[in-house]
Formats: sequence, C-alpha cells, structure tokens
Amino acid sequence: MPLILDHVDYVYGGDTELAVHALKDVSLLIPDGQFIGLIGHTGSGKSTLVQHLNGLIKPTGGSIYFNGEDIHDADYDKKKLRSKVGLVFQYPEHQLFEIDVFSDVCFGPKNLGLPRQEVELRAYAALKQVGLEDEFFYQSPFDLSGGQKRRVAIAGVLAMKPDILILDEPTAGLDPKGRDEILDQIAGLHEETGITVILVSHSMEDVAKYVQRIIVMNRGSVLYDDTPKAVFRHYKELEQVGLAAPQVTYIMQALREKGMPVNMDATTIPEARDEILRALGRA
Amino acid sequence: MGIIKTEKLVFEYIRRDEEGNVEGITRAVDEVDLDVEQGDFVAILGHNGSGKSTLAKHINAILYPTEGTVWVDGMDTSQERNLWNVRQSAGMVFQNPDNQIIGQVVEEDVGFGPENMGVPTEEIWERVEESLKAVGMYEYRKHSPNKLSGGQKQRVSIAGVIAMHPKCIILDEPTAMLDPNGRKEVVRAVRALNMAEGITVVLITHYMEEIIHADKVFVMDQGKIAMQGTPREIFSHVERLQELRLDVPQVTLLARELQKKGIGIPDGILTTEELVGHLDKLINKSVD
Repeated sequence: MPLILDHVDYVYGGDTELAVHALKDVSLLIPDGQFIGLIGHTGSGKSTLVQHLNGLIKPTGGSIYFNGEDIHDADYDKKKLRSKVGLVFQYPEHQLFEIDVFSDVCFGPKNLGLPRQEVELRAYAALKQVGLEDEFFYQSPFDLSGGQKRRVAIAGVLAMKPDILILDEPTAGLDPKGRDEILDQIAGLHEETGITVILVSHSMEDVAKYVQRIIVMNRGSVLYDDTPKAVFRHYKELEQVGLAAPQVTYIMQALREKGMPVNMDATTIPEARDEILRALGRA
Repeated sequence: MGIIKTEKLVFEYIRRDEEGNVEGITRAVDEVDLDVEQGDFVAILGHNGSGKSTLAKHINAILYPTEGTVWVDGMDTSQERNLWNVRQSAGMVFQNPDNQIIGQVVEEDVGFGPENMGVPTEEIWERVEESLKAVGMYEYRKHSPNKLSGGQKQRVSIAGVIAMHPKCIILDEPTAMLDPNGRKEVVRAVRALNMAEGITVVLITHYMEEIIHADKVFVMDQGKIAMQGTPREIFSHVERLQELRLDVPQVTLLARELQKKGIGIPDGILTTEELVGHLDKLINKSVD
C-alpha cells in the first residue's frame, strides 16, 4: 500500500523565537515493495521524517496519505496505521522488557487483539525471519548478545505484519560481521516477502550494496531522490552537506583523473573490479 | 619498559544465575602481553565480545588482573596506592558521549578533572583553555554541552581527559555512536594530540579506516591477541580478518579482488592513492 507525502512541513517551537523548521516542503511517493535508503547527517531531518510516516508526529503543513487515505483525518484509525507501518527505532534493544524472548515478540500482536494462537504463530514466524534459533526463545532477552537483542526487537515489529518496515540505523554499534548479518537478513526479507523497506543509515557503503533508491535529506528538504548510481554522481555535493559517496566512487574518480577509461557508475566492489579489468583490457 | 605494559594478563569473571549460583567462569582476557611505547598510536580491533574493552579497562585500573600484571608508566595497577597516579597517567574516553559529560557549561566540564586533582584555580583555567584548543572546541567554551553534536561532545570529553595532563589516553569506541562527520572530527582531534602533543593513544574501534595511520594494530579474538603488526601487515590478511568478524577498507578489498584476477598489485593496500598509483603504472606499462 503506497505512502504519499504531499508538501509536508514541520515546524516545532513555532510560537517562540527558537522555531525550528525541521521539514520543508517534503513530497515523496513510497510505492509497494521498494528497498529505500534514507540518508542525511545528524540534524538533517531524517528521523523527523521517519516519525511522520507512521503518524507519530503530525505535520504542521501538508498531508500524508496511506493507501489513499489521509492519516490525519479525524476518523482515521492510527492504531491500524502503526501496525502496517512498522518503525524500528535506533538501539531498539533498549525497548525489550519481557521475561523471555518469545513473550517480548508476542507483545505487539497481542495488543492488536488477535487470538492467542495467531499471536504465537506470528511471533514464531518473525523470530525465524530474523534468523534467531529456537534455543534462545525462552531465554531472557537481556542475556543475549547485542546483535541477537537487536534481532529480537526487529522481530517484535515484524510480528505486527507491517507492509512497510522502517529501520532507523539498525546496525549502529554492531561489529562489521554483525552489521552484515542484519543487513543480509533484511535484504532477504525484502526479497522473500516483498515488504517495503526504508533503511535509515549513515553508511554509504551499506546503502550502495543493498538499496534500489536513495533519498538524501539536507536541512529538512529532500536534496536527492534517485537510484544509488545517480545519487553518487553528486559526490562533491554530498561532501558539502557532510556526507560522502562510497570509497569505490572516489577510487573510480581518481582513476579517471589519471586517464583510465572507467565508468563512474560503479559503486560496489564487484562492479569496480569488473570496470578496472575491462579498462585494463583483461575482461 | 613502555608506557603501558601487560604481562600474561588474565581476567576472569564468574557467571551466576538468578539465584546467585555459580554457572561457570568466563575468561575475558587470556594471557595478553602488550607493550606500548611512549608516543605511539596503537589501535585495538576485535568483534563484539572479543575482550578489547575489558583489556582497555585494565589500563586505567577500572578492572584489576585475575592473573598477570599491568604496568602504566612503570606503576603496577593492582597496588591501591598507585590508583590515582595510574588514572592520572592514563585517561579514558568512553563510547557514549552523553554518559560522561557532567558540567552545565563546556569549560566547567573540562575543568572538573584538574579541579578534583587539586590543581590551583589559575592553572585550571590555563589547562581548560589549552585542552579545548587542542580539540578545536575553544569557541564553544561557554556553550551548554547539551546543545552540542555527538562529535563535539566527544571532543569535549577528550578535552576533559587531556586537561588532567595524562601521558596516554585510551578511547573505547569513541566514534561508534557518531555520524561520518562526527567520526572524522574525533579521529582528527585524536591524531593531532598524538602528533603535536606526543600523547600515547590507544584507540579501540570497529572502523578500519580510523586505524590506517596507527603505528601498531592489535586484533583481539576470544580474549587473546590474534594478530599484531602495522596496519599494512594486518590488512594483508583479508580472509583472516573476515574470519575474525572484521572488515577491511573497501580499497583494500578491491585491490585483493583485482589481485585474484591476476593483476599485479602488492598486498595490504591501504589508501585510494596507493591503489590508483599501482594501477596507473600498469596502464602506462601496457601502453608502452
């Protein structure tokens, strides 16, 4: 079910001298099934944007439509919206609270008022989707490793069966292997279930590897909204707003300056390898 | 003996269940020998749970060895009479900037350490000024720490440590919670301290691009030192690093991929300039 942001504005502290214009005229279409990267430095408005998507914040101007309905209509069911647009906050493991892993994941669907059997089936399926082994189900969530805790927290949102899954920096604080495991799992989930995924991230390398579309936020506005390759062509502008393209982009740029005929569109390591081999006449 | 030295350092803790019964013993640090020279920039890598933070906490006597010895500036950290001197010689910066700032104003926060050491007021202000200048935060001295960005807060934390005039500074994943800009700011400040002030730096991190300028790198796994060497030596072992749940910089990976395809590039490429330089030579050769 598509999500549409139509000229969304958000100002806080509006009646004081400290008014902050956190979102400025943001218009976006999020169709079904896309894997989207949302990028921006700290304070660019990306977290504020994300909180608009499931109605946690009400825009001060413009409208948001989910499946054709204005989510801020007086009679709109926000609870249903929040089960359909699942938001995984930063450091979601801080929100674990139940006595064991399985109960924690059951909490969301239970609150939807579903029958117990359905709740448990969903919790089981969600824990399997994030790759957690059965042996952990009845352990206290606080005894798990950082990466495992985070998976449990993501499973808690998946058990709501959302159409759109938003993850706010899901890999912050994990080691490189833990990061790859979580991102691979999310990519697999996107492929298998066709769920729309919005990944908020600081890492251009991660985003280049996984997503189909990148939205770059700067000072509350959408700076770029395009395929990764098209966005990374603006690597100089990205630097000016405190971001960077993947290291591969800089390598290709430097090679070009040396007169090597490589295509600048390579953004991942395999693509760069093939480009360089081709340019060296070894492909 | 170097500024930091450990000999057969072992740290064990007892795991207990909810009733307090002993479940077993975990050896978090296992016979680690470390020797860091004054003025070195040392990096410690390792996946989550490899024992790197536990090791670091021994260097300023937050933890004491179960077996073996740790010396900081020649002082045995397990001797209680050395405690304050050890902590003054080896300052520590932690991961979360919000957990280590206490002052209402930046300059008060930085002055907290030297004030507690009984430094005369005049000198405290001098130290606050030079420390904030060293990390590039002097113009924020009258600001509230709450209004700073993560990278700025971390630099204030670092200033608070250097105001105590330590000989070495240990940073435990100081950039893990920061965005790319904040990370750059902090790493730049740390490198400047090492090069300009000669302060010994022990940097614990997951980010490989932060360690390419280190003098020496230690990689930890299961409480032991699994690899050690210069960054170039370490990054020559791409597969081994991946086994240890770590990353290598993209440029190193790309060089390795090209090597596998028979392109003549040496091991352990660390920077874009190096890779481009080697490829440039290859092109010019094929033109000749």
